[in-house]
This record gives sequence, C-alpha cells and structure tokens, in this order.
Amino acid sequence: MSLRLLLTPALLAALLAGGPAAAFTFQDFPFDTPAQERDFRDLTSKLRCLVCQNESLAASQSDLAQDLRKEVYAMMRAGKSQAEIRDFLVERYGDFVLYDPPVKPATYLLWFGPFVLIGVGGFLLLRALRRQGRAPEQTPSPDEQARIEQLLAAADDRQEPLK
Amino acid sequence: MASSSTRYLVPLGAFLALAALLFYGLGLDPSKVPSPLVDKPLPAFALESLKEPGTMISSEVLKGKVSLVNVWASWCPSCRQEHAELVRIARGSGVQVVGFNWKDDRAAALEMLRRFGDPYALIFYDPDNRVGIDLGVYGAPETFIVDGDGIIRHKRIGPIDGKVWEQEILPVIKKLTPKG
Repeated sequence: MSLRLLLTPALLAALLAGGPAAAFTFQDFPFDTPAQERDFRDLTSKLRCLVCQNESLAASQSDLAQDLRKEVYAMMRAGKSQAEIRDFLVERYGDFVLYDPPVKPATYLLWFGPFVLIGVGGFLLLRALRRQGRAPEQTPSPDEQARIEQLLAAADDRQEPLK
Repeated sequence: MASSSTRYLVPLGAFLALAALLFYGLGLDPSKVPSPLVDKPLPAFALESLKEPGTMISSEVLKGKVSLVNVWASWCPSCRQEHAELVRIARGSGVQVVGFNWKDDRAAALEMLRRFGDPYALIFYDPDNRVGIDLGVYGAPETFIVDGDGIIRHKRIGPIDGKVWEQEILPVIKKLTPKG
C-alpha cells in the first residue's frame, strides 16, 4: 500500500514529463500526397517493433522503431513498393516483423492448429452425442423400481404443506 | 465396463499435457527473435573504425578467420556485464573478437574501453544504425559467430558469460575450426 502511494506520484510525474517529449508524430515524415502518407501509416502499422513486441512500428516509441521508420520512409521516398520494403525487413529480422505471418510449413501449426482443435473437439462431441442417443433405455430392476416409488412418495409428502 | 474407469483420466491427461506445454512456454524468452541471417553470408559493408577516426574498415577483413562479432554500446548495461568475459575470451581462446559499436557515441565508447579493457581486434563504428539494420540488430548485446568464408554460423542474443561461452559459443567455434 505504502509502496503504491509512493509509486503513483512518481509514475504520474514520469508520464507527464516523459510522454510528450518522447512522442513521435507522422509530421516527422512529410509526403507529397496524402495517399503516400496513408501507405506509410498502413505499412508501418502492419510491421512489428522488435523491442516492444506488442506494438507496431507505427506506434512504438522505441529508438529502434524510429530507425526502422526512417528506413521505411527512405525506401518509400526512393519509390520502393510495399512488398519490396516488407521483404527487405523480413530478410533481416525474419517473419517476426510481420503481424500477418505467411503460410508456410513453420507456421502451419499457427494457422491451422485452431481448426484442427475445433475439428477434434467437434468429432468427440458428435461421437459422445451419438453414443448417448444410441444407448438403450434401461428398465429399472424391481428393487430400483421400489426405491423410486418410495422416494417419489416421500417427495410428494414433503411438498404437501406448500400447496 | 473396463474402459469407464480409465475414461475419467482423459480430461486429467489433457490438462496435464496443456499444463506441461504452458510451463514449457514460461521458460521461453519472447524477446529472443531467431535471426534469418544464420547460415547466410554476412552482408558486405564498410564502416568507419571506432579507434581510428576517418579510416574505413570493410567487412572483407573478417574473411579467412573465425570471428566473434560483438554488437555493443557504452549505454548498454548488459554489454558492460559481459565485457570482462569478452576480454577473457580475447586473451585466452585465440578467437578473433571483433567489435560492432552500435548507436553509440565515440567518446563514450572509447572511455568504456579505457576503463574496462579492450577485447576487440578491430571495431566497426555505426552510430546511426546504418549497417545495424542490415545485420538485423535489434538490441545490444548481440554476438555473431562468422566463419572464415564470411558466413554467419550462430547468433547469440543477450550477454555472454562463462556458461554461455562454454556451452553455446565454444562448441560452434570448435566445429568451425579445422582439427590439428
């Protein structure tokens, strides 16, 4: 508790002091046409920052992300296509930089695993349901029948006062 | 039914398998991204020397010898942590240790070498991450083992200590060095 009390003002101060100063804006990367800028945003938001792995290259404030944004910007200005830029980064950093990994043997499990799981689960469920439907009705033995009647009678008696 | 008693073990088994998988996942470090450059040639580049300003060094100089190319910077605490081990490796193992000074300031980098020793036969100076991107560097320290033909044989992400040297780096170097 006391630690939290101590930390909160410190965190707030850090946020207030560090946030705006470190922020980057797309104004750092001027383009001739809005379409180019849209392409740049589009591409960098599909690329993953290697340092802050849950952030895209468009969102990350890390130093490396800024370097890579500059690189992507320079390549776009040089007229490279989105596919060329993507390939450039994949060659160096691996499929990991893509938020949308390609389908290939190494990623089969990632792409098809969920469907396999659903398939297996569905198959087991169907089998269980079918088996249940096929199970023969069992007639209770005389002993069980007597017990059932006894219990039902007792339940009826108990419910009487409620009526 | 004989199987009905074992049937209830199936969910337990499934749970244990899942738990084992997740436990294994806990041990993986997501910050380690495997490099696609392993077993590919080191991209050709030329950079200024850290120690001799104005002199360019080409990556060609690495050919003909197994090298440990260590990406480091003076601002990186883990680099300082592994520095003593690199000094030891350079002195004792006979492997050529090459520095790749990354996104650093020359004065600060040289000061670090003055204080903690200089294990590097030569040092490439890349303050603007010009070549770093070509090498797929995304943090420091990173260490590449490059063979005599200029092929990257291994990449270590994170600091090297005695254990990493013995168990991870040395076996790769031994495989690359002809016996005799």
